[in-house]
Amino acid sequence: LGHGSGGAMTAELIQRVFLKYFHSDGLQQKNDAANLAIPDNIHRIAVTTDSHIVTPLFFPGGDIGRLAVCGTVNDLLTAGATPKWLSAAFILEEGLPIAVLEQILESMKKSAEEAQVEIVTGDTKVVERGKGDGIFINTTGIGYIAENFQPGGEKAAPGDAVILSGTIGDHGMAVLCARGELGIRADISSDAAPLNEIVRNLQPFARSVHVLRDPTRGGLSTTLNEIANQSQVGIELDEKSIPISKEVNAVCEMLGFDPYTTANEGKMIIIVPDEIKQDVLLAIRRSKYGENAAIIGRVFPNHSPIVLLQTNLGTHRILDPLPGELLPRIC
Amino acid sequence: MLGRHYQITGIVQGVGFRPFVYQTAIKYHLKGDVCNSANGVIINVFGPQRSIDSFHEILQTAPPPRARIDHLSFFEVPFQNEKEFRILPSQNIETDFLPVSPDICICEACQNEILDFNNRRFHYPFTNCTNCGPRFSIIERIPYDRPNTSMKRFPMCSSCTVEYENPLDRRFHAQPVACRDCGPQLTYFRNGSDGIFGDHALIAATESIKDGEIMAIKGIGGFHLACDAMNETALKRLRGIKHRSNKPFALMAKDIPTIQKYCMVNPDERALLQSAAAPIVLLKMKVGCIIPESVAPTQNELGFMIPYTPLHILLFEMLSPEIEVLVMTSANYSEEPIVFGDSEKDRTILAQLSDGILTHNRQIVTRIDDSVTRIDQDHQRIMIRRARGYAPDPILVQRQMNQILAAGPELKNTFCLTRGNYAFISHHIGDMENAETFQAYQEEIAHYKTIFRVTPEVIACDLHPNYLSTTYAEKLSEETGLPLIRIQHHYAHIASVLAENHRFNAESAIGLAFDGTGYGTDGFIWGGEALLCNNAGFERVYHLDNFPLPGGDTAIRKPYRQALALLYANGFSWEDSLFPVSSIPDREKELLKTQLDHHLNCVDTSSMGRLFDAISSLLGICQEASYEGQAAIELENVADPDCTEYYPFEILEDKILLKSVIGNILDDLRQGIPKSVISAKFHHGVIQLCLEICVRIREAVNLNIPTVLSGGVWQNQILLGGVRDLLEKNSFNVLLPRQLPYNDGCVSFGQAVIANEIKDRMR
Ligand SMILES: [Fe+3]
Ligand SMILES: [Mg+2]
Ligand SMILES: [Zn+2]
Ligand SMILES: [Zn+2]
Repeated sequence: LGHGSGGAMTAELIQRVFLKYFHSDGLQQKNDAANLAIPDNIHRIAVTTDSHIVTPLFFPGGDIGRLAVCGTVNDLLTAGATPKWLSAAFILEEGLPIAVLEQILESMKKSAEEAQVEIVTGDTKVVERGKGDGIFINTTGIGYIAENFQPGGEKAAPGDAVILSGTIGDHGMAVLCARGELGIRADISSDAAPLNEIVRNLQPFARSVHVLRDPTRGGLSTTLNEIANQSQVGIELDEKSIPISKEVNAVCEMLGFDPYTTANEGKMIIIVPDEIKQDVLLAIRRSKYGENAAIIGRVFPNHSPIVLLQTNLGTHRILDPLPGELLPRIC
Repeated sequence: MLGRHYQITGIVQGVGFRPFVYQTAIKYHLKGDVCNSANGVIINVFGPQRSIDSFHEILQTAPPPRARIDHLSFFEVPFQNEKEFRILPSQNIETDFLPVSPDICICEACQNEILDFNNRRFHYPFTNCTNCGPRFSIIERIPYDRPNTSMKRFPMCSSCTVEYENPLDRRFHAQPVACRDCGPQLTYFRNGSDGIFGDHALIAATESIKDGEIMAIKGIGGFHLACDAMNETALKRLRGIKHRSNKPFALMAKDIPTIQKYCMVNPDERALLQSAAAPIVLLKMKVGCIIPESVAPTQNELGFMIPYTPLHILLFEMLSPEIEVLVMTSANYSEEPIVFGDSEKDRTILAQLSDGILTHNRQIVTRIDDSVTRIDQDHQRIMIRRARGYAPDPILVQRQMNQILAAGPELKNTFCLTRGNYAFISHHIGDMENAETFQAYQEEIAHYKTIFRVTPEVIACDLHPNYLSTTYAEKLSEETGLPLIRIQHHYAHIASVLAENHRFNAESAIGLAFDGTGYGTDGFIWGGEALLCNNAGFERVYHLDNFPLPGGDTAIRKPYRQALALLYANGFSWEDSLFPVSSIPDREKELLKTQLDHHLNCVDTSSMGRLFDAISSLLGICQEASYEGQAAIELENVADPDCTEYYPFEILEDKILLKSVIGNILDDLRQGIPKSVISAKFHHGVIQLCLEICVRIREAVNLNIPTVLSGGVWQNQILLGGVRDLLEKNSFNVLLPRQLPYNDGCVSFGQAVIANEIKDRMR
């Protein structure tokens, strides 16, 4: 098994192994949160779950606790849901200092308050020393879905505009640089944040929001490829319009990482009809964590799903999902 | 009296073969008929035995210059008392297939006509005959008849019809035949203004070039961007517009004497320049060559071609004597495919790239770039980019092939389709990362499948999981259920050369695959490999000791990173006095150190190409590469031809160690030895290494097996010439590619022949 990067190999693992055993409407949707009808057949809820593993546990801009809350909240938001309740399950490694655990719980509490969710149930297991990486946290989230606001990765339509809520690559690079043994000096903070306000400010456009998706593991490129696949369309991005901090760009360049496949934890991709893109952009920019939002591309009809980047040279580069391995292709 | 039936396959259509048969039959008073089929030319002759024998003799010994007979079969048939010899309409049997002639440069007779004031084709830019003109680039399907080409929209006038129908005329059944009255016409556009037509268009375009402007000119396979090669301002603008900082531009000169003002042209080079393919030929610059440096920065060579269409000839007619050399570079941004159409979108791109457009209404069906070649020290042609004039000539394979689609590599892509005795290797497609190229790739595969009537039973691709060609092949295999065979890159390189030399069989060969990067069976990046291989598989006998490639493709674009990684991996410190150390920004140096310490995003490689890059950086020659291979090319260019010393490599088990070579280079640098000498010593070190490896393998297998060279590194002339001479001196039989390039342009053919073996064994 070597399929954990969140890119093409993870997708293949899910497709080939997991979906062989599990079938349900919720899974079929292939979105980050399942959109489910409750038995009264009137109201719908969103359910999602995520396990969080990160080294180091603390990094500039966040920690595993904040990630565990924001990741799940943002997944609920991508279904257009109002996040409501969270469960939290902990797998602790023997020897984890209580003070560290408390620091993480404190962070979870604050993040949950910010995201206006309640942690309503939980679980704790302790594993032997050496069998865990300090702490693993699983969170499951439940939220309400409004009848008029049900975005999905399959709804991107040719002509739509693609909006991104801020800079890319911050989380992945922040965590990388924070890895103690590397000791890379870099002025990069994780973007881990709950994006409730952005989604709330989209309410006036509810029916017109085709897709909401958070580009987490695998980055912008992988997520857009998923959307292109689900909607059977092409997506074209404009390199110069994609927000990216100078520092992230520089570090990526020097280490040979691709910011387009680097993880984010507080970003949202919003796909809406072209006519309303400017209004939607303004609404996002007014929101907390949405100040640097930009229109980064458009959806176009294509016989097979593809994501293209119009480079600053005017050429079109094919953006692939994050591959299993980073290998040079220049021969 | 007797009769004989012939079937002839090869390149026998679009090359004047039927008129030749007709004329020969008439000469010997034979009766019967000849016709084109989708499977070759079919002939029936009736007459006295002696006449038929003479006919046969001529058929085999003196076919038309552009024809290539791959297979001639015949049998005796009962005599029939025919009244005449006739040319019958083409037969089309759906399952038959046949090669298609490549595009052919203008012939001498046509050249004379367009310059002859009294000829009806005087100054007509679309003049051609059975011996010349567009072929592959205008064919939609076979057999090669006018309605199956983009000439179908030009009904012939009565004068052209007479020529077309007269078996004794040079234009008998020349499909693109045309004249001023009935054929394609020129149009000249300038931003926003209406078109100017015909001769006026030509005049306007030449005036604009004389004014120093950049002109988009529609040729055989696409648009060129042309400008005065002596005009520095225009050159600078062109580099800006194309986003091409250093990569050399191709040149077209009025004629060979003009080229000789700037470059040396030996008889082989002259013959190649004047050949039917009319490729770009790389030629050594003369001392004091006054072509501006910015045409080909830091090069010792220039890529020249001569006019190969009537339009080119007419352009130079009007441009000279003021202008006798034009830059002729493909109309595209950076590495995108050449623009070849006349759609609104193409027009817009061309308007951005140029000051004016000289186009015409003969549609290009298949876009195809100019081919690039050179003559090596052994007077042999080397293919560097195989395209116009060569593709789609198939390679004749000595066995029946399964129908295979080989998807090819990522860069310099070609794909390959096989059927019968033929391997159809596509023209140069380009670098796949580009969306437009990838699109073109898929369209060309469909087109080749149609015109050569291949329905693949097997798909072959590279072992590299991230190549777009691999992804394409995987998807195709999933959709069609056809078996997918993944083939190691360097095995494909070597197999390609073996198969070209008809030596891909059970006999083993030594393969020296010296290349950029290719994915190895151990998950590392290979490229400095000595393989022992045959048609059943390969063994990796020796390879360069691995060193890290920090940041993958980033390292390849910045040779100083490779130099520093090489020093690091071999235990040398980064002294401030070293060129790569002074070239790397402080912060990046610190990060690189961390990256190497933790092997973060570092892939290990045994690539010879990367070693050349690293040495180039170490000598302070090239620190950032703006086009592929730049660092290695510049390293070659500085080498002192008079130096014969060399740095010895050490071999430990299967590893070729780099430490002593680097140590020696550092010592020489410290002692102030000139980089020209160090470069030469390094080159000679690699040459000696090759001998050492081959001798060891020969002793181990106790047989004098052939040695095969393949991989982009062999485009280095010092290395190629040196290794070939040294090996031959030591009685090795050296096999080289002749029709396909050393670089990745040959990989698809290698994939195809290997997949064919595997497929046969699956039965
Ligand atoms: Fe290669
Ligand atoms: Mg989730
Ligand atoms: Zn001619
Ligand atoms: Zn005519």
